Amino acid sequence: MKITPEKVQELAALSRLRFEGEAAEKMRQDLENILEMCEKLNEVNTDDVEPLIYMTDRVNNLRDDKVTQEISHEEALKNAPKKDSDFFRVPKVIGQTD
Amino acid sequence: MSTEFEAVIGLEIHIQLLTESKAFSSDSTAYGQMPNTQVSAVSLGHPGTLPKHNRHAVELAMKMGLALQCGITRINRYARKNYFYADLPKGYQITQFDTPLCTGGFVSIKPKSGEPKQVRLIRIHMEEDTGKSMHDQDLEDSLIDYNRAGTPLIEVVTEPDIRTGEEAYAFVTEIRRLVRYLDICDGNMEEGSLRCDANISIRPKGTSAFGTKVEVKNMNSISNVKRAIDFEIKRQTEVLQNGGVVIGETRGFNGLNGSTFSMRRKELVNDYRYFPEPDLPPLTLTDKDIEAVKHSMPELPEALFNRFHQELGLSEYDAAVLTDDKTTAMYFNHLIQCTSNYKAAANWVNVAIKGYLNENAVGMESFPLQPEKIADIISVIDQNIVSHSAAAQHLFPAMIANPHATAVELIEKLNLAQDADTDTIENLIAEVLSRFPEKVQEYKNGKTGLLGLFVGEVMKASKGKADPRKTNEQVRKMLDA
Repeated sequence: MKITPEKVQELAALSRLRFEGEAAEKMRQDLENILEMCEKLNEVNTDDVEPLIYMTDRVNNLRDDKVTQEISHEEALKNAPKKDSDFFRVPKVIGQTD
Repeated sequence: MSTEFEAVIGLEIHIQLLTESKAFSSDSTAYGQMPNTQVSAVSLGHPGTLPKHNRHAVELAMKMGLALQCGITRINRYARKNYFYADLPKGYQITQFDTPLCTGGFVSIKPKSGEPKQVRLIRIHMEEDTGKSMHDQDLEDSLIDYNRAGTPLIEVVTEPDIRTGEEAYAFVTEIRRLVRYLDICDGNMEEGSLRCDANISIRPKGTSAFGTKVEVKNMNSISNVKRAIDFEIKRQTEVLQNGGVVIGETRGFNGLNGSTFSMRRKELVNDYRYFPEPDLPPLTLTDKDIEAVKHSMPELPEALFNRFHQELGLSEYDAAVLTDDKTTAMYFNHLIQCTSNYKAAANWVNVAIKGYLNENAVGMESFPLQPEKIADIISVIDQNIVSHSAAAQHLFPAMIANPHATAVELIEKLNLAQDADTDTIENLIAEVLSRFPEKVQEYKNGKTGLLGLFVGEVMKASKGKADPRKTNEQVRKMLDA
């Protein structure tokens, strides 16, 4: 499968990554190689095979609606690169929410 | 040349489910707590953690689907919706993609103007809420509070069946009434527990192709949903009439001036790269599970309306007012267990009680009298112990002031007993007639409409204690004598 330079930029935007110049071309080739390798799988006939999503046959892993607070406010914020006493702080981003 | 346009509107309604704990972890869902105090390793999206679905959230979601006549999906898979945003710590939202819990179904609406109609639903699926970002508290940073992250939601998606802001208003009102009846959400749009996005496009009337759609967000009340849609229809119509093109975009709503504003273009189709969530095994539902939820559901407003209207013989208007909110409907339902005078019961609730609530600006849940007490009042009127007007003007307020006293006790205390003594009434009538000799003459000359005036004066003189029907008879008898 062909990967166009535009596709690389589209995927980069979705992943919040940036590739330019040679790096973009290298990424494009890598992606193409990966997909080519995966295309090998198309040689197998999977007409009557259900897609495998789960590794077990287990269903309905449900819990009761009980509140237990497992971590403290301080523990919650502990690993944040930037924080104050109340909030996680992130670089300002407006207009990209969904 | 002026083309006539019609709007094509579909709504997406997010409903926070009233569970104690989150959808996939055990931290609390309570609103208004200190930031980042109701979080867990799961809701913060730490690696290596595993979600586990809240059974109660599934039950509440099924209630909504069953109430709206949806089909319930037996084998449910969860999916990951991938996008990067700071209030979504995992980088994906757990939702349902190809197997929504509920499919089809409809909502019957009665817009204020226009015809009643059914708005069809595409689906209702289960998902989780995000955290909250605050952009205007700090110059450099956005502040993130994850207390809301992982709160269970359902999203109701309609077919594009809505044509006007008025219909959208009626639709969201009906959804809010239903979630409150079902007790699955508090329906509070200001606090965001019920949220509505609208997809709006317009097209020349009579055509069937869809125009370019615009999504409007941030409408935090039902009347704002209507205002935003009305504004957007007018804006898009003007764009087209001036030879322009409508741009596909997401717009926000400014409640201060009722306008919408561009938030971002939808040039790149959002690519959420949905795929099955491998951390959650499928959810399978049996007929028995569905029956169990059905049995736990309360009587819905439409059923109550039909019962009040058809079985109890109340007017459509009375039945509609009584079923408008659940507390009132349940109060009335209790009241009719205590009295068989259904019409009087409806009147007391819709007139006297509603009046009291309006005057005091409180809701039905704050009304101090038990339904038994209202039945007590109805009973003393039906036994002619007290006149209706004396009951409404004096007994009812006295009961509210003394919620534990009985009607008979207060009638005695306030000397409200109806004066059935014919002599007393005759004396009062004679007195009134002597005060209005000219009117009496006019009456005798054929102006019989004056009867009401005399009866009114007698009632006044008796301080409301005279029985109006008897007074009426007696006044006529004495005038005709």
